[in-house]
Amino acid sequence: MIAQGILGLVRPLRSGLNASKIHFICLGGVTEQHHNPSKWWSERGFSSTHRLQDAPGESSSAGQVTVHFINRDGERLTTTAKEGESLLEVVVNQNLAIDGFGACEGTLACSTCHLIFDKDTFQKLDAISDEELDMLDLAYGLTETSRLGCQVYVKKSMDGLTVRVPMDVSDIRRQLEVGKQSKQ
Amino acid sequence: PRVCVVGSGPAGFYTAQHILKHHGGAQVDIYEKLPVPFGLVRFGVAPDHPEVKNVINTFTQTAHSGRCAYYGNVTVGRDVTVPELRQAYHAVVLSYGAEDNRVLGIPGENLSGVYSARAFVGWYNGLPENRDLKPDLSCETALILGHGNVALDVARILLSPLQLLRKTDITDSSLAALACSKVKRVWLVGRRGPLQVAFTIKELREMINLPGARAVLDPADFTGLENAVKDAPRPRKRLTELMIKTALEKPREKPVEARAAASREWGLKFQRSPQEVLPTPDGKRARGVRMALTRLEGSGDSARAIPTGEVEELECGLVLSSIGSRSLPLDPAVPFDTRRGIIPNSSGRVEGVPGLYCSGWVKRGPTGVIITTMNDSFDTAQSVLEDLQGGVLDMSPSREGFRAVESILRSRGVRPVSFSDWEKIDAAEVARGKAAGKPREKIVDPAEMLRLIGH
Repeated sequence: MIAQGILGLVRPLRSGLNASKIHFICLGGVTEQHHNPSKWWSERGFSSTHRLQDAPGESSSAGQVTVHFINRDGERLTTTAKEGESLLEVVVNQNLAIDGFGACEGTLACSTCHLIFDKDTFQKLDAISDEELDMLDLAYGLTETSRLGCQVYVKKSMDGLTVRVPMDVSDIRRQLEVGKQSKQ
Repeated sequence: PRVCVVGSGPAGFYTAQHILKHHGGAQVDIYEKLPVPFGLVRFGVAPDHPEVKNVINTFTQTAHSGRCAYYGNVTVGRDVTVPELRQAYHAVVLSYGAEDNRVLGIPGENLSGVYSARAFVGWYNGLPENRDLKPDLSCETALILGHGNVALDVARILLSPLQLLRKTDITDSSLAALACSKVKRVWLVGRRGPLQVAFTIKELREMINLPGARAVLDPADFTGLENAVKDAPRPRKRLTELMIKTALEKPREKPVEARAAASREWGLKFQRSPQEVLPTPDGKRARGVRMALTRLEGSGDSARAIPTGEVEELECGLVLSSIGSRSLPLDPAVPFDTRRGIIPNSSGRVEGVPGLYCSGWVKRGPTGVIITTMNDSFDTAQSVLEDLQGGVLDMSPSREGFRAVESILRSRGVRPVSFSDWEKIDAAEVARGKAAGKPREKIVDPAEMLRLIGH
């Protein structure tokens, strides 16, 4: 029952989007890929657990769906996704700057791709498995409309979907600290 | 700015990753006492949980960054001191984890046949310091003290069918020992009740579904609990419901072969606190544990186990204590809270020592899974970034980073292992594993690792 994950989340080393008041100067290069692209693609595997089937879109425009991710700092990251991709794959493929997303690469062995949906969308999502619930149970900031991004697959009906990346313990702690400082 | 991270497990790598990602000019050097990196991901995560180890891919990517360097085989506190590192770097982050284990503190603890779960896990995972453990698996019954995920990991490895373990990266020598193991019954014993178990549902489910082993849970332990968790948060509720369901399930009529196939068993015992490990007549080995029966005061996570005066003896030949890890002080220059076993800090900033930080278990205590450590490391990294930017740190004197440390190490006869050296070791392990159908065959002797890379 060992699922194969997406190999290597390639992230660009560019200045972070959650910089808020702190501005960083990026001196280094942008994307650093250490496998040559063809090798990376051929090594990619997909999660084999509970894959619900929508076939990937036929042509590039036909399968495109717009998805918005509200990052932890409130910034809205808008991107296009292909039907049939999981939301984790969207984040990886589009190199979205969400820290620490998808540690186990879609194999239901962590809860770092935790996303929060609006109630209506949540209710229309495909049923959640025990395996997903087991890992979701460990997520920080669990809500009634939480799901793991690696188990939610993009459908055409999700065009314009907005999901929220939950804040983690350290985010909350910092919010409280900033709140205290601003009162002084 | 030059930043130094001590420890190359998840805490070290996630802290480094976050700093590198959010500061385009930082150089981060990661030091590790073993030749090989990744800490508990390599030595703690169970061999049959390879997906959890996928984080190695993102760590490898970080190590390949032009602004990150890895220096293995360097023991901070001995080969180079923390004050020397603080001279060489603008910021030093301590992420060296919890290498020791909590002690039971009961008579008989040092008898043959009693081990810490930590050492046992290190043994089957190829941690060099545990390679000669030679645990005695010649008895039928093993007792694991503790109700956490490590306890479940140990139980599962003891009872897993060999054909499942054979295809993992468990070490060859422990596989051979397990092949001769007589252990067929494992009890996980905890001081408190079902509502206080620290293990999580995925691992429990795995144990319940383990081929060839049946779960023995006493329904009496679960009376009234269905009601007690009615309004509990979902994680606690689901976990408890799974235990209740398993306890109440009647074994279906099974044909003889199936019953024989489930020749191994495991169970949970509650409200039992170990008082003494009892010796065999010759006084050398463990033959059982005397337990104090407890009652619970309070509820939920803060419930306390109070001895009732009654005792019980559980017979066993193998005792594994899985009651938690413990950090050790690294260097006299670093404050350490011995009672709590952590470095005193605030959001990762070591109290009273500007420029010194900590992340991971040595910062928070030795609990949590990789995501917990990840968030915590990002928190510390944020503190480092704020201080680098905010003029809090003394950036003016030129800090030479590794150049300064290199000459210190050379003068002490220490030769660091680079990341590409590790990749040679990695390739050798994978090649050796291939012949046996394993993802890798871990090299457990550091001297052999060093010979392999020509050191």
